[in-house]
Amino acid sequence: MKGDIILRVIAKLLVPFMLLFALYVQFHGDYGPGGGFQAGVIAATAIVFYVLVFGLEAGRRLLPDWLAEKALAAGVLLYAGVGVAGLLLGGNYLDYFVLDADPVHGQHRGIFWVEAGVMLTVTGVMLKLFYMFADRGRDGEGE
Amino acid sequence: MAATVVAMVLQRNLLGVVVLFAIYSFLMATVLAGLDAVDVAMTEAAVGAGVSTVLLLGALHLTGSWEAKPLHRPALPLVLAAAVGAVLVYGSFGLPAFSDPQAPIHTHVAPRYLNEASKETGVPNVVTAVLASYRGYDTLGETVVVFTAGAGVIALLRRRRKGRR
Repeated sequence: MKGDIILRVIAKLLVPFMLLFALYVQFHGDYGPGGGFQAGVIAATAIVFYVLVFGLEAGRRLLPDWLAEKALAAGVLLYAGVGVAGLLLGGNYLDYFVLDADPVHGQHRGIFWVEAGVMLTVTGVMLKLFYMFADRGRDGEGE
Repeated sequence: MAATVVAMVLQRNLLGVVVLFAIYSFLMATVLAGLDAVDVAMTEAAVGAGVSTVLLLGALHLTGSWEAKPLHRPALPLVLAAAVGAVLVYGSFGLPAFSDPQAPIHTHVAPRYLNEASKETGVPNVVTAVLASYRGYDTLGETVVVFTAGAGVIALLRRRRKGRR
């Protein structure tokens, strides 16, 4: 598939927009449909598409294995950390009202970081699984 | 959708089944969008039709794409599946009618969410407000589940690969 010029050009054109759309879904989730989970999956799909057209090595240069693994864990930590931040600022666990002087603004801030955590975890899981499957397939061919 | 399912059962080439799965997911996403559940529809389209198709294709690449002949006649499983389906349909008669405003689910916490959410959280999308704010613990649990499942699969695949070399 690597040699097909139409696929390569279309993929080069589309992937940035797919990633941009993922970010839009992520940060516009407060106002329209979407949120961390959907954005994470869309971002992962964009990179999977890139890998399908340009090969596994190119994808790994774009977003290496260790980064996907770190993102997987960092997302959960970020989410739990928002809860701890609430505790430190004198509220309950996962209480967003205390994150800012204005409670409504605090809610915004809490939801923003929580959604960022969800997105990191989901993208990390999807990509890491895809990399591992693709890798095993190539091992099988080599034997 | 029914036609897709029947085709899926009859199809013996697993590659075709995977493609039919993706079609089914897209149809399901349109149904969900029709029910005004846009957030769920988006997830269904991206996960069901996108990522899981790619993962299933990856698995087929490893295993080969023709279904093995069944070892015995599938009469008993067929009867069992039909019986469970009948029980579920019977149970669904007890549910309140679709879009009945007096149904319990619409009279418990939903009015409070719908009326107060934008005032209390300043977030216009009620789905996001409920997901991340009112149900913050649940969503944290979900994220941990995703993490644990992913970590488990990664551990399994990695060990197998090392063992083979």
